[in-house]
Amino acid sequence: MAGSTLASPTADAAPLGSASRARYVSPARDTWRRFRRHRLAVAGLAVLILMMVAVALGPLVWRVPINDIDFNAQLAGPSWAHPLGTDDLGQDVLARMLYGGRISLAVGLAAMLVAVVVGTIVGALAGISRGSVDTALMWLTDLFLSLPQLPLLLLLIYLFRDPLKQLVGPELGVFLLIVVVIGGFRWMQVARLVRAQFLSLREKEFVEAARALGATKWRQVVRHILPNSLGPVIVAGTVDVAAAIIAESTLSFLGLGFPPDIPTWGRILFDAKDTLDIAPHWALFAGAAIFLAVLSINFVGDGLRDALDPRKVM
Amino acid sequence: MTRYLLRRLLIAVPSLLGISLVLFTVLALAPGDPFGELASNPNVPPEVAAALRAKFGFDDPVWLRYLRWLVAMLHGDWGFSFVSRVDVDRLIWQRLPVTLIVIGSSQILALVIALPVGVFSATRPYSLFDQIANTLAFIGFSLPTFFTGILFILVFSIYLHWLPFVFRGDLGITGWRWYWEEFRQAAMPVAVLGLFQGASWTRYVRSAVLDVIRLDYVTTARAKGIAEFAVVTKHVVRNALIPVVTLVALSMPLVFGGAIVTEQIFRVPGIGSLLISSILANDTPVIMAVTFVFACLVILFNLTADILYGWLDPRIAYR
Repeated sequence: MAGSTLASPTADAAPLGSASRARYVSPARDTWRRFRRHRLAVAGLAVLILMMVAVALGPLVWRVPINDIDFNAQLAGPSWAHPLGTDDLGQDVLARMLYGGRISLAVGLAAMLVAVVVGTIVGALAGISRGSVDTALMWLTDLFLSLPQLPLLLLLIYLFRDPLKQLVGPELGVFLLIVVVIGGFRWMQVARLVRAQFLSLREKEFVEAARALGATKWRQVVRHILPNSLGPVIVAGTVDVAAAIIAESTLSFLGLGFPPDIPTWGRILFDAKDTLDIAPHWALFAGAAIFLAVLSINFVGDGLRDALDPRKVM
Repeated sequence: MTRYLLRRLLIAVPSLLGISLVLFTVLALAPGDPFGELASNPNVPPEVAAALRAKFGFDDPVWLRYLRWLVAMLHGDWGFSFVSRVDVDRLIWQRLPVTLIVIGSSQILALVIALPVGVFSATRPYSLFDQIANTLAFIGFSLPTFFTGILFILVFSIYLHWLPFVFRGDLGITGWRWYWEEFRQAAMPVAVLGLFQGASWTRYVRSAVLDVIRLDYVTTARAKGIAEFAVVTKHVVRNALIPVVTLVALSMPLVFGGAIVTEQIFRVPGIGSLLISSILANDTPVIMAVTFVFACLVILFNLTADILYGWLDPRIAYR
């Protein structure tokens, strides 16, 4: 297994030295080697990449405008002119979904970044400092864990939506608000994981060695402890993307997310639910897109968990 | 056990205070006076507005306002709904039972699915059953509740005409038919919530049982000649449930989120749909009170989890 060390130098140390250099596998490659064994995770990754390419390049290929109103084609089912049908104003659902997908996926990624950055900072601070700082930060984490998240999300968006809209414009304002608020309610898991990793890593020999060599606390954390505690954080971050996408769709579905002219997947579902009986395709495509994205991300997270778990020998 | 319970109750007080502090901070930081709907109305003359501000104490220091708000909340004086023109606590007491029934029965459904399926797949890891159950569980908790709700309405109400898709608070019938109609209209919301929870709990149960089943005392129990079924139910499951209870208690806020969405989809007249409608109508006292009730419910469930710990593992209770 890569990374194993011999207890003592033996007679064949010289050939082994050159051979082991040739067989050196970087952590990323090693992870990929393990990740590949999880077939569903690889499939999930493929679907995810496909979706990202579709929303990134799709609008360049499928050049139908998202707000082209056509009352002759109201609520039409899938056809060659409109592969995913049209909505109640005769707007092309495919074009709207490609555009909305950008926002949904961007919200997911950005909220994950917020959660991971905040969580890592809180967890690292708690893990490296003992005593009252640690206690206070962990109390804060537990408090956030027991907050009723969706009601508070709705409350915050209700209270701060209009002022932010006036401040930075409707689109960016709502985007920032949703990202910060969703990320601000999802950092606790990361913080706990990072703290747990820090508590065990800071007593390890390599950190002690760095300390003995005179590394400052900052250097110990940034160069030695943090890189070694990233595995669980990556897994938690992946799952957070899925959770953030669901959270954003939920907000939009309740009519409190993005305004109607920004058709995120949740918003499309919200608009479509009243005509479910005559135009089920409208709701089904948007819902399926959310489901597919979330399912693939969850599978990728599961594959990463298997690949990054050092206890598991493959 | 009583002392343990009392201690847990005392620990719940600071978290309740913390939550109320968070709620109040949000309110205080929010631009404008969310409570000042009346005071900022242009039809109200400025003197009246100023008198109102003074009466409700908007110009007092923040800590004083927090204390006053907290005392009022604890007294059950939750204010007056701007829209419905009734006291907020009456509104909430009307709506709360429906929410609790829907959430409660969905949790029972989730438990009924998750326990047997999780235990069965953990006793046969990587078998065909395990793989199918695992994939289904993944699909189950990747399906957002709002999409499952729409799918259910589409299939069971629109195509099959089996179930009503609007939940009615007052059915206007009595006797057995009332129970039957209640069951029919609650079936879809409960199933949506229960299946979602059941899917994620199945995975918790499975991994917890897998961790326990390899331990030595399980081998000892088998070696003593106890039947496999008794080994699993008496020795494995009871110990495996301890981490599961933790995870379930931690996921409670998520359950309430799901409940809000389901109530909205099926128009269940519970406090979740009350929250949404009052947000859309800018009815601040109701919004604050419902959020606070949700917070209390989360803490209540955490307390229940603590009591369950004491029952599952008596060592915890006597520590």
